[in-house]
Amino acid sequence: MTQQTDQQAAKDTVTITVDGRAIEAKPGEMIIAAAERAGIYIPRFCWHPRMKPVGMCRMCLVEVKGPRGFALQPSCFVPVAEDMEVVTTSEPVKKAQDGVLEFLLINHPLDCPVCDRGGECPLQDQTFAFGPGESRFVEEKRHFEKPIRISDLVLLDRERCIQCARCTRFADEVAGDPLINFVERGDQVQVLTFPDQPFSSYFSGNTVQICPVGALLASPYRFRARPWDLEQVESTCTACSVGCRIATQSSSNRLIRYLGIDSDPVNHGWLCDKGRFSYEAVDHDDRLGAPLLRTSGDGQLGECSWGEALDRTAKELRNIIDLHGAASVAVLGGSRLTNEDAYAWAKLAKGVLGTDNVDCQLGDGLPGELVLGLPRATIDEACTASTVVLLGPDIKEELPVLFLRLREAAIEGTTRVLEITPQPTGMTRYAAASVSYAPGEAAEVVRSLIDGSNGAGELLKSGDVVVVLGRPSLAESDQWVAEAARVLAGLPGVKFLPALRRSNVMGSLDMGLAPGVLPGRVSLDAGHQWFIDAWSRLPEERGLDATGILSAAAEGRIQALVLLGADPLADFPDRALARRALAGAGFVVAVDLFLTESARQADVVLAAAGPGEKGGTTTNIEGRVTVVNQKVTAPGTARPDWILAAELAVRLGEDLGFDSLGALFEEIERVAPSHAGLTMEILGRPSARDGIVLPFDPSAVAAEAEHAAAAPVEAVEMRAVAAQSQTAGSDIQSVTGPEAVPATGEGEQAEQEEAPGEETPTPAAKPPLLSVDALDQPSQSPRRDAYALRLVSTRKLYDGGAIVQHCASLAHLAPRTRLRMNSHDLDRLGVNSGDRVKISSHRTSATIEVDIDDGLPRGSASLTFNTPGDADPAELIDASQPVTELRVETTA
Amino acid sequence: MAVELPKPIVTARYGLQESWKLQTYLNNGGYEGLRKALGTPREELVENVTAATLLGRGGAGFPAGQKWSMLRKAEPVYLVVNGDESEPATFKDHQLMVTDPHQIVEGALICAYAVGAAQAFIFVRGEFALGLERMTQAVNEAYEHGAIGRNIFGSGWSIDLVIHPGAGAYICGEETALLESLEGKRGFPRIKPPYFPAAIGLYGAPTVVNNVETVSNLPWITLNGGSAFAAMGAGRSTGTRIFSLSGRVNRPGNYEVEMAKTTFHDLFYDPRLGNGIIDDKALKAFIPGGASAPWFGPDKVDMPLDQDEVGKAGSMLGSGSVIAMDETTCMVRAAWRITRFFHNESCGQCTPCREGSGWVDKIMYRIEQGAGREDDLDLLLDVCDNIAPGLSWPPRQTTICVLGPSIPSSIVSAIRMFRDEFLVHIKDGQCPFPP
Repeated sequence: MTQQTDQQAAKDTVTITVDGRAIEAKPGEMIIAAAERAGIYIPRFCWHPRMKPVGMCRMCLVEVKGPRGFALQPSCFVPVAEDMEVVTTSEPVKKAQDGVLEFLLINHPLDCPVCDRGGECPLQDQTFAFGPGESRFVEEKRHFEKPIRISDLVLLDRERCIQCARCTRFADEVAGDPLINFVERGDQVQVLTFPDQPFSSYFSGNTVQICPVGALLASPYRFRARPWDLEQVESTCTACSVGCRIATQSSSNRLIRYLGIDSDPVNHGWLCDKGRFSYEAVDHDDRLGAPLLRTSGDGQLGECSWGEALDRTAKELRNIIDLHGAASVAVLGGSRLTNEDAYAWAKLAKGVLGTDNVDCQLGDGLPGELVLGLPRATIDEACTASTVVLLGPDIKEELPVLFLRLREAAIEGTTRVLEITPQPTGMTRYAAASVSYAPGEAAEVVRSLIDGSNGAGELLKSGDVVVVLGRPSLAESDQWVAEAARVLAGLPGVKFLPALRRSNVMGSLDMGLAPGVLPGRVSLDAGHQWFIDAWSRLPEERGLDATGILSAAAEGRIQALVLLGADPLADFPDRALARRALAGAGFVVAVDLFLTESARQADVVLAAAGPGEKGGTTTNIEGRVTVVNQKVTAPGTARPDWILAAELAVRLGEDLGFDSLGALFEEIERVAPSHAGLTMEILGRPSARDGIVLPFDPSAVAAEAEHAAAAPVEAVEMRAVAAQSQTAGSDIQSVTGPEAVPATGEGEQAEQEEAPGEETPTPAAKPPLLSVDALDQPSQSPRRDAYALRLVSTRKLYDGGAIVQHCASLAHLAPRTRLRMNSHDLDRLGVNSGDRVKISSHRTSATIEVDIDDGLPRGSASLTFNTPGDADPAELIDASQPVTELRVETTA
Repeated sequence: MAVELPKPIVTARYGLQESWKLQTYLNNGGYEGLRKALGTPREELVENVTAATLLGRGGAGFPAGQKWSMLRKAEPVYLVVNGDESEPATFKDHQLMVTDPHQIVEGALICAYAVGAAQAFIFVRGEFALGLERMTQAVNEAYEHGAIGRNIFGSGWSIDLVIHPGAGAYICGEETALLESLEGKRGFPRIKPPYFPAAIGLYGAPTVVNNVETVSNLPWITLNGGSAFAAMGAGRSTGTRIFSLSGRVNRPGNYEVEMAKTTFHDLFYDPRLGNGIIDDKALKAFIPGGASAPWFGPDKVDMPLDQDEVGKAGSMLGSGSVIAMDETTCMVRAAWRITRFFHNESCGQCTPCREGSGWVDKIMYRIEQGAGREDDLDLLLDVCDNIAPGLSWPPRQTTICVLGPSIPSSIVSAIRMFRDEFLVHIKDGQCPFPP
């Protein structure tokens, strides 16, 4: 059979006969997968399409014709071969299925009424469909302690386990955290952690989702709902910018659970635990349900009406603009928003207020124009490029599912990872090479890699390179990695995958929430005429980025600061500057889900709707636009951000020109060049189920639509989900509610009513999309301070951020920061691991315990950002400095 | 007429003083086979073993020469010697390890040289304290003697040989589970295909896995020629073989006899061998090839110890363990003991074996304890049928390895041959035999 398979590898398809029907299969594919695509479902427990088969459960036995006639074979482990004959419904097959199910049930506790899985349980479902009616087992069942906690988020009921090895394979193969495994043997086999080592994986929740029984339980969900009580819509996770597709499930108007949906180009069904459990924050009691206003009396923030809050905001903004000019207003933040929200706020800021002091990033990303101007790669392209250069943060911490994808690609050898990093990351062990650099020297290292005679140069010039580009450290200025990026941009055929973490940072940049850019990836200059036509007003000059805005606010040059979901006191790398900025700005308005540390300093706080509470679209790192759907209503009277922008515009005497999300979407399609052709109708097509990567060719999607509609691929794992979603609406069309994205009809109607659209039907040509020129003029790396170490500071998945801190299950998982240093540097100081040292930047000092990390180069020291601990890097970092020099001294 | 006992091949040095020492081995022709092999073209060595029709002595009885010839053409090649002898009543390999460890080392080296192995491993059952000690000592002596290591006997050929103690699982005697264990993983048999380690074995490399007794034959075959070996026995059952005789016989023990020329009757009754059933009781049944083998009744006692003949009769010579049961043996209890063994040793991968072994163990125990029901017998047969559909021989395998289909052998044999005895247990509510 092996030889046969080899011969056919050259062919595109093989034909096999299943139950008398000829079906086409891909060479090398397993019988079970080929049959499923042809609509023949073979029952299974251990087989999972995203993991290697193990053939353990024996549920998928079918009869395969061999030289000695038909024989039972596991269809998950037998690859198809030309003219193979398979029978899935014969008596021997039925007897085998009956037998396996009876075996599986003899030791299963059958406690379905109190099991989370009851109602959506593959064991239950397949017993009904394929199993015997009753059991002949009268002996004592196997007993284990019920359930045991194997991590902070996952509980294990070993009595329910059917030993399919899905969880253990996931942990090992997919997540790279082989922290659970089988112990004992025979019918005493059980999944367990290693002694004193919990299953602390960022991806542990996936094991709960793929468990075919209720053996693995997510503690945030346990006993909270019965599956048949849940309603759901498909949506996109917004915990980071990877854009994993999820099923958002609710009960009684509360978010109850997120499940990963298998989106082939993006998440393969996986979610990180932060994303999976982030709904807890949406459902948190601390959510703002009404606007707040600082009263003139006691100076405290108190609830007020929307009228009061919006009137006050509009009045203050108008006064400040009148007195100090439009450039005295700044809008900071916006990465939390949907594309539609972001467009509305960009239009309000740039087209109504007239300021270009707008930045959706908080000094922790990369210049917006650079990111928008680089040629973009998809995740799939990164996973198949001959070389991937990682020049950015630790993607395991910041973009966890991207880490899963690239880890798989590195292990399977579909790509080779070259990491350029100031400190070891989660990818280091999978990288073909990891080059460490000292803060401030990224560009220099990149240049020498390209020019050097070290083999790396040839790889980089191969023409098939994807750079995963982000901010490797918050303790060095973004200028160094930006320069490195522009050097890399000179490589032939190079593409970039931005590794910026905030949920819709790419969409917000697309929509113009950055200085110097306008919606649709065009520059302020190039888009001037086009947008004057569309919006009638534009900022007079290029504005400031987040660091510039906060510096100007600190110096009193910016009087009004709009915090659009931004919490600079927590997120800006330089906390002292953020403090001075909030104190210096005369008027601060915060639009947020929570009363964050920064929002507490605001004069007005506008309560915004959060994930799952509003519809729209979001854009991931690839530029892939997907639909986010509303499932629950926002608390109190909290509103979607675009409505707040529209309301403020009205109070400023202007009209943003849209009164529905549909009209807003239409305007984006018409005005933003990168979004040309992207209609709701196209996004609703089956072929666009995984979203649309912008910019795109509408005709290509149309052509593809027929084909995809003919054979919709349903993720196996989501069968239960799909069944439920028939009532909830598998996609946007059937969603109703005030904030739902409407289908096409409404949009046309809105367009007719629209004011600006009527006036000028586009005399100017559409402006070109931004591009970045390769850099040829190197700058000088900062000089070494021989007495200091250079600080590296990066984020952890679980940190002090608003989402994590408002998830009851995740908040306590944020690790304490300790200073990490190379052992040579420690020896030089005469300090041991675990000792306390005094660290000082020119801002402040702190004492903190130190750990050895020989992955760090000598001369560097590392602290995690925004995590609990004795030293806060945000207090040490000066955003105006190119790097953060850190003196480390003994405390004795 | 008494059977002619052959001049022993693998047990030739049994009974010598300190037979496990290098000096004893050298004084009795030790390492001569290796020296000869090192001067012989590799193809010739393989052909020699093929000509000998040396059937594997571990249980499956696959011809060693054929196994070597199936190696995938790739580098490196590994040799693994399987000394994880764990089946109840099989005890020949341990004695070989304890008594003549150098013969195993020499055989392993000849095999390694013949197949061009880069490294050789001897996987020894972890519970064999003395076997491990003797094997380790032998390997150390052989290194000092220049038989292992760099430039062996000046031939220019080099190899290392490692003794690897098992971690206490019967299943690691299954060659793919053994390889997993050797790789440091959990001892789960690998799913087939690939069917043979010769294609994908240790660390993914082509690997020869041979039993301790199999390689012990190699020095002799190398010195005396494959045809001399093949001249003994008949058909494919050539040469001599050690049988571990146990159960209700007067002289249990390991006996090297000529294959196909010796019968079970000889084994049980020859004064130099089993010397008859204890107290001259009547033979009630016997297991011809270890715990996995279907049982034979006294009608088969004159059958020769011929792999193919026993196979045709519906059982196997398996691991060479022959167990005699007489009229004092409770067949329910005997079958239950074997069932309990498989229950304890199932690795737990495949559902039918993992769950089925425990279930039939519980039923068998219940019947033996007097709490059985008549329909338990049909239930047992049907559960066994769900483990190995058809209950035929050779069994139809629907599990990853052959442990699953081994479970029904004793149960089905006992029920088919001694149904009445089961019914007595059930009707009387107790076991009619003394405890």
